[in-house]
Amino acid sequence: MQENNSVGIVAAQTAHFNSPLTLKSGAVLPQFDLVYETYGTLNADKSNAVLICHALSGTHHVAGKYSGDDKYPGWWDNLIGPNKPLDTNKFFVIGVNNLGGCHGSTGATSINSATGNPWGSQFPVLTVEDWVTSQTLLADYLGIQQLAAVVGGSLGGMQALQWTIAYPARVRHALVIASAPNLTAQNMAFNEVARQAIITDPEFHSGDYYAHGVVPRRGLRIARMLGHITYLSDDVMDEKFGRKLKQGIQYSFDAEFEMEFYLRYQGDKFAGEFDANTYLRMTRALDYYDPALAFDEDLSLALRKVEAQFLVVSFTSDWRFSPARSREIVKALLDNELTVSYAEVTAAHGHDAFLMPDAHYHNILRSYLSNVQV
Amino acid sequence: MTMKKTVQNNVNITNFPQKFRQDFAIIAGWVGLGSKVLDLGCGDGELLQFLRSCLEVKGYGVEKDDANWLACMQNGSNVIQMDLEDGLSVFEDRSFDTVILSQTLQAMHNTEEIVQEMLRVGREIIVTFPNFGYWRNRLQITGGRMPVSKILPYQWYDTPNVHLCTINDFDEFCKNHKITILERCVITDTKAVSFMPNLLGNLAMYRLKAQ
Repeated sequence: MQENNSVGIVAAQTAHFNSPLTLKSGAVLPQFDLVYETYGTLNADKSNAVLICHALSGTHHVAGKYSGDDKYPGWWDNLIGPNKPLDTNKFFVIGVNNLGGCHGSTGATSINSATGNPWGSQFPVLTVEDWVTSQTLLADYLGIQQLAAVVGGSLGGMQALQWTIAYPARVRHALVIASAPNLTAQNMAFNEVARQAIITDPEFHSGDYYAHGVVPRRGLRIARMLGHITYLSDDVMDEKFGRKLKQGIQYSFDAEFEMEFYLRYQGDKFAGEFDANTYLRMTRALDYYDPALAFDEDLSLALRKVEAQFLVVSFTSDWRFSPARSREIVKALLDNELTVSYAEVTAAHGHDAFLMPDAHYHNILRSYLSNVQV
Repeated sequence: MTMKKTVQNNVNITNFPQKFRQDFAIIAGWVGLGSKVLDLGCGDGELLQFLRSCLEVKGYGVEKDDANWLACMQNGSNVIQMDLEDGLSVFEDRSFDTVILSQTLQAMHNTEEIVQEMLRVGREIIVTFPNFGYWRNRLQITGGRMPVSKILPYQWYDTPNVHLCTINDFDEFCKNHKITILERCVITDTKAVSFMPNLLGNLAMYRLKAQ
């Protein structure tokens, strides 16, 4: 069944941009690459494009597989494909690795042409605003003036929101899922602990670990373990692992509880494939995003130029991006008399729920997207 | 925030298709052309759809139930998933021309709070409820049983209706809460009842505003 409505075998492409990009921080990237994938067919009017914005550790590989032997498809494959909620028979879907990412787009691991060495610590700190600007350049490159929709969960939802604020004429619909208009102090605190784990790893070398032929694996691992705790709800962790032991109590500090095996597995896996400098920058982009800041903390004022129609979705057990935070976005949209629907999905999986194929959640997305005109 | 001027218009009940609930046409008569309307407990969005089609209102619904929420969104309405018992905090003061609570008042726990919240958010509000003083209800009580009817279709043990009231009760409620009754319409089936409404009417409809 999964195979029948899969986008099938996909391949990443690279868009090269030669013009310098001035970032919000003032830093300038002389040139950059964005790696992306597309699914479905761009129609003659170029009116059916949907951009997927990824979260902290996501990539441009959103759906499909690279080869028949691939163990796992793209990270949001359950959503995207022929006859799936985001139907590739109707839409032309674009996945992009954010600028500063470590999966092909220009980032800290890329070679800085000025030095011939990896950027490392010298790679600038990017913001959600910078990502969106770079995504509009990718849209230009693909000849797309206006997106039918921008879809994102978590940090991806912030990008979707930012599209509607910064480029109101270039996006008709925004699907902002399990997101927030900014991070709370507690949420930023988790990011700070994660960054400290990386920065204090002796193999971090102030961010220039590439030259030393090492990676701050221990730091990354702890950062990811911490992240995973916050992506799940107390209930679902209890249901999944409870107090189960692999082999009884050993009176040791090795992994004994199943929860520990899970966290160590996730940490190891992540440390083997993700770049530490990128992790620092992704979490900083999350921390800094605050569109209301320039408007006396008034989000309604920040959204006054928005024209897009919105679907906002939150999940009851998500405590990292709680429903209350989504309701702040909804309130600001309502204050501006914008077209918005808001769903609070009953789900056990915490923040991770936005990636799960829950039937009601997928019905919501399917119904909303089927009303999107192309 | 700009708001279109509310224009009160007279709508003839008989002009609307029968499939619409009996109270819809009267509500339409109390809602201004092109006005901004909030329908609380909007169900599948039938009323909003009706008001959009005949009055071109800018409508939003509030609905708690997943299946209703989905149906409402599929009907093309803006719908916010919230529990009315928690108040209307996502809505600003006076941000709607009309806030409607149609046949839901009797199922609310925080009855006073929701009416106050409606008066805060709307310039005017519309409240409709089944009149517990209707003679058929009285007759069933006299017969020693809790009333069960088309408009009150539940058994005593499975009813969501926790705050049933009569027209006289609600009039008194408005007086005590400093609420001005702009209009009241009492109907039985599709006919307006002006003679002894608390006895002969089965659905009470009020257009209200804060004093």
